[in-house]
Amino acid sequence: MARIGVFVCHCGENISATVDCDRVAENASGLPGVVHSVDYKYMCSDPGQTLIKEAIKEHKLTGVVVAACSPRMHEPTFRKACAEAGLNPFLCEMANVREHCSWVHEKTESTTQKAKDVVRLLVEKVKRNEALQPIKVPVTKKAVVIGGGVAGIQASLDIANGGHQVLLVEREPSIGGHMSQLSETFPTLDCSQCILTPRMVEVAQHPNITLWSYSEVIGLDGFIGNFTVKIRKKAKSIDEHLCTGCGLCTQKCPVRKIPSEFEQGLGTRPAIYTPFPQAVPNKPVIDKLNCTYYLKGRCKLCERVCPTQAIRFDQPDEIVEVQAGAIVLATGYDIKRTDFFPEYGYGKYKDVIDGLQFERLASASGPTGGMIRRPSDGQIPKNIVFVACAGSRDPAKGIEYCSKICCMYTAKHAMLYKHKVHDGTPYVFYMDIRAAGKDYDEFTRRAIEVDRTKYIRGRVSRIYEKEGKLVVVGADTLLGGQKVEIEADMVVLATASVANPGSEELAQIVHVSYDRYKFFAEAHPKLKPVETNTAGIFLAGACQAPKDIPESVSAASGAAAKVLGLFANDELTREPLVAVVNRMAPPLFSTCIGCFLCQPVCPYNAIEREEFKTRDGKLLKAVARINPGLCQGCGTCVALCRSKSIDLYGYSNKQIYTEVSALLDEALV
Amino acid sequence: MDQFEPKIVAFVCNWCTYAGADLTGTSRLKYAHNVRIIRFPCTGRIDFLLLQQAFAKGADGIIVSGCHPNDCHYTSGNFHARRRWMVFRQMLENMGVEAERIVFSWVSAAEGAKWADLVNETVESIKKLGPYHKYQDMAKSLEEWEVTHE
Repeated sequence: MARIGVFVCHCGENISATVDCDRVAENASGLPGVVHSVDYKYMCSDPGQTLIKEAIKEHKLTGVVVAACSPRMHEPTFRKACAEAGLNPFLCEMANVREHCSWVHEKTESTTQKAKDVVRLLVEKVKRNEALQPIKVPVTKKAVVIGGGVAGIQASLDIANGGHQVLLVEREPSIGGHMSQLSETFPTLDCSQCILTPRMVEVAQHPNITLWSYSEVIGLDGFIGNFTVKIRKKAKSIDEHLCTGCGLCTQKCPVRKIPSEFEQGLGTRPAIYTPFPQAVPNKPVIDKLNCTYYLKGRCKLCERVCPTQAIRFDQPDEIVEVQAGAIVLATGYDIKRTDFFPEYGYGKYKDVIDGLQFERLASASGPTGGMIRRPSDGQIPKNIVFVACAGSRDPAKGIEYCSKICCMYTAKHAMLYKHKVHDGTPYVFYMDIRAAGKDYDEFTRRAIEVDRTKYIRGRVSRIYEKEGKLVVVGADTLLGGQKVEIEADMVVLATASVANPGSEELAQIVHVSYDRYKFFAEAHPKLKPVETNTAGIFLAGACQAPKDIPESVSAASGAAAKVLGLFANDELTREPLVAVVNRMAPPLFSTCIGCFLCQPVCPYNAIEREEFKTRDGKLLKAVARINPGLCQGCGTCVALCRSKSIDLYGYSNKQIYTEVSALLDEALV
Repeated sequence: MDQFEPKIVAFVCNWCTYAGADLTGTSRLKYAHNVRIIRFPCTGRIDFLLLQQAFAKGADGIIVSGCHPNDCHYTSGNFHARRRWMVFRQMLENMGVEAERIVFSWVSAAEGAKWADLVNETVESIKKLGPYHKYQDMAKSLEEWEVTHE
């Protein structure tokens, strides 16, 4: 039999000015199941809480209703008070008679009646509350970081320095990402590799970091603190323990004309290769699609020259499962290539290049040794045109967002060009100059004022070839849209930054949501920028949206801080307000009919399939099961369930049905 | 006869509309007292048969309100609610239930004034429609039928 206590708060005069609290308490004492009902000036004060605690003990209460302010304000306070008196905190409910009653109505009979109704409703609800225990889940203190660009490197180092194990998984043969391809970085013009490669080496040597390059995540199971990550380690065709990275094989390999991915197609590499000299790990892999042995069955020159016999042509891909407590996604971005632009020649003009290609041309370690030379004939261009917003902010191209980094790197490119070709003229076509950031605007002003870059505000409609020159046709909108034609030797398109290929697939594997541009979605755009809506999975860097290096690094450190915060606990405690699928004795097992319509509506992929089998393995019934570690308690599955087999703790069918009925059983107004 | 005071039940989500109604209170905006709020974690939790239950128990009007599209605390619950509502409304119309007695809206945690307006407008429109006994009578006669045929 229920023994409910009702405690009506005056909140000073906030409630009692318009609600007759005496009568609310008196009315409540007449409700079925209510054994104790009082009013008091300040329930949330110490004496008020003591009043509740003593009443719980004295009257052996099985439920408490506090009629006071919004539960969003003081529910934790009163639940804690109940717990201290030995009553399960989930047997305490609050009736909102301040925000939803006394503050929004005048002092009339109807206002007091409304307060009485709300109390009655909550009394009926609390009678059906269940004593719940917080859910505890253990935490595996190991993180998997996916992507080894600057964000992944930073996140890995921060977590590892915090004393926890990290597995860094990188798709390419080396970590470093796009940052390792850059020549200099804005706004300081310091050399990108000079600041990045020490970090890469630190990753390789850190005792807490395991680095798996040439590997991909192909599956994910589990939930926060308890993930199982399935990783494919692609065959490198070398024994990494034996290989010393001497590089003899890469020198002797007879296949030499493969366009280098690292050099953005401006240089070549052999079939057995390390992407660049400072690669980490600095051990080669064999590109099976181009290796003569894999294509024709003979060659094996590398095997013959290898001083340590490290070549393994028969090495298979390896699939490994790893336990982890948290995951950081740092898969970065890519850029649109020149073939995306029919108006700029579909990529058929060799001297129309993209921003990353220019980075390689300007890089001291690049294919031209840092000299700006035209890819077509190796001449030094005297007139160079940079086209900003190539594809970005252009609904016609399907990319409506600003790629954010192009304004800055275009200014940087113009400066680098001018520093290397003193008699050359750089032109920049732009829509707006977006240079918000520390020392950023000063940097773009320097490109214009000191390095004399000719900025033209307008867009480029067409580029065509005429007598060995590229004619760039654009408009100058500051001169009333006047047509501008520039005969250029080379054109650099600041093409749009886009989500990395494969990011959609990865998002589906790890169950995080992504936006319409395939960038991963954060849990809240302002207040949870590094969390995803899957607990335990965090975002770092440009996989979320276009970001520059400082932003990527700070997001990575933010994600690492979240992981370290998570790993500071041995167990996670969660509110037990989760959905459950009922269970009963065989042969029914559950009223669930196993339609699994609930699975696609769950935003958290918390619904699993549970199979009941006989001893010899014959399937008797498959029913849904909700993983309490993943469930966030939204209840969408509860409303959907056709057989009413799912219920939600805290908002059960019984509780809500009674609330609706209790409200209207008596005269309402 | 006394002036008709409609009974209105509001089904609201905890994260947006309940908080929005809290804001109405902290802003001391006044609105009609006819509404009783039932808190749900999310509009996606609302089993629309509960709306029928409310009518059967004598509600004259119903408000369903949650987070704006794309603002759902649980990512997509409000979209599921919206879809269910589209189907449910058609079903109600086919059954001859006055679907205009149900107001479906979005009120965010920052829209205290919108909540007050929503309640006032709903009360006004339900006052014009008058008391709603049809569904209650039907439910009662069904109960009686069940009793006599047991």
